[in-house]
Amino acid sequence: METNLCVAGFGGQGVMTLGKFLAQATCDSTDKNVTFFPSYGAEQRGGTANCFVVISDGLIGAPLGDVMDDLIVMNGPSLAKFLPTLKEGGTLFINSSIVDEKDVNRPDVKVVKAPVTEMALDMGNAKVLNVIMLGVYVGYTEVVPPDVVWSTIEHKLGSKPKLLPLNKQAFEKGLEIGRSQK
Amino acid sequence: MARTLMKGCEAIAEAAVRAGCRFFAGYPITPQNEIPEYFARRLPEVGGVFVQGESEVASVNMVYGAAAAGTRSMTSSSSPGIALKSEGISYCAAARIPMVYANISRGGPGVGAIQPAQQDYFQATKASGNGGFEMLVLAPSTVQEAVDLTYAAFDYADRDRNPVLLLADGVIGTMMEPVELPPMKTDEEVAAIKAGKAAWACTGHKLDYANRAWIQPGQWNTAIMQQENEKAAALYASWQKDIQVEEYQIEDAEVVIAAYGICARIGKSVVDICRAQGKKVGLIRPITVHPFPYSSFDKINYGVCKGVLDVEMSIPAQLVQDVDLGVKGRCPIETCLCSGGNIMSREAVLEAVDAILAK
Repeated sequence: METNLCVAGFGGQGVMTLGKFLAQATCDSTDKNVTFFPSYGAEQRGGTANCFVVISDGLIGAPLGDVMDDLIVMNGPSLAKFLPTLKEGGTLFINSSIVDEKDVNRPDVKVVKAPVTEMALDMGNAKVLNVIMLGVYVGYTEVVPPDVVWSTIEHKLGSKPKLLPLNKQAFEKGLEIGRSQK
Repeated sequence: MARTLMKGCEAIAEAAVRAGCRFFAGYPITPQNEIPEYFARRLPEVGGVFVQGESEVASVNMVYGAAAAGTRSMTSSSSPGIALKSEGISYCAAARIPMVYANISRGGPGVGAIQPAQQDYFQATKASGNGGFEMLVLAPSTVQEAVDLTYAAFDYADRDRNPVLLLADGVIGTMMEPVELPPMKTDEEVAAIKAGKAAWACTGHKLDYANRAWIQPGQWNTAIMQQENEKAAALYASWQKDIQVEEYQIEDAEVVIAAYGICARIGKSVVDICRAQGKKVGLIRPITVHPFPYSSFDKINYGVCKGVLDVEMSIPAQLVQDVDLGVKGRCPIETCLCSGGNIMSREAVLEAVDAILAK
């Protein structure tokens, strides 16, 4: 069993961090092989950023596949760029605050929607949108147990304890949304 | 042992520190900046020294100096930066200085592209500088292997009093993967390694002029220079025992993929996919790309092999010339290539394998 995931969005939306949290959780708490590969040019905030995470029971060949099993899209340009790489019957996770479901011209894929930009703003910190989306992804796929992912986030935010309650709330909201769309 | 999720560049730096590397000098260039960044934080913790030089040439020559004083030393760069360091590397080879350097290679030629490529194969294996010197060139295909080879590279360098090159493409350098780190050498072990070089290194000989270290990158006396060349040639010839190669399912293979680094692990996954479909495909993966494991190609069953597929991220192909020397005309050689910062596609390799099988 091998899962190829692409996470794409604007620079500053935390797509690399989302991918790294997932890879870290897989490394820390499972026997699976995992790779994280960032794709970058000369991007900065406002540009596009994407990363690839492969989680596998066997040896991992390419750390970025040609065909994705799952795709997380945080903005419109990323949808146009990466939707063609999603396999038939794959799962697309969209930030429905700014990605219009009507632009998903693939009837063969399952779409999981979460308005993570609005949700993050409602929680009072626009930056937690990636943690909400990570929750959605883990809640829907259970590729790694949710409690393991949360421990990783908790550990990574160890130096900023005051951010923990907000991130906990964000992650749990995400899990809820992910589970509800199964 | 516990697994740690590490980026290739950081894992290389940590492996070097654990091997006893206590001096690093470098100059920034993508995609290897995490190596100097890591050393900058890590070396002071272990009593080592990190210097960001004013240029590539300056930093490689700082490594020349530190290594000549007996300290395990390293530099790193990426393709165009390695080209700039070639003068210092050639000088280290001439002066028989043990040092380790890493090329986290990117697209080329010229400033090329900042994304991963394997376009420095000839430079790495045939002519890393002037004068026809040679080095062990180690090419990892996983982050774990990058760790293990970096750790071993310092032992090879000290054993031979010669530079060692870690040739890792930008994918290996920038990807994260779980690794098991080798043991940290103790301060006593690091000191003992340095003390073991007292016979030749500039470790301090006071006024004992007769026995002082004499290190120079060349000779004015042509007879002595030729003797030095002959001694070096004998060293290079002794490396046949150090060849490392992975031969994967080649005995009955109708197609054998030849690849190193990132392309080799993609190639290996192609072998597994093909085997699951009943297609007889194998892989030869040089781990030392210099010296090259030519004899592995003698193990191919040319009675059934329809072709060798050279897979590399270089246009024009470079590795293929060594593959050709190994195959010796016994079967056709095809190529599957990309370059300029594009990363090898598994689907493209699968298609190329199928095209050979269909012949």
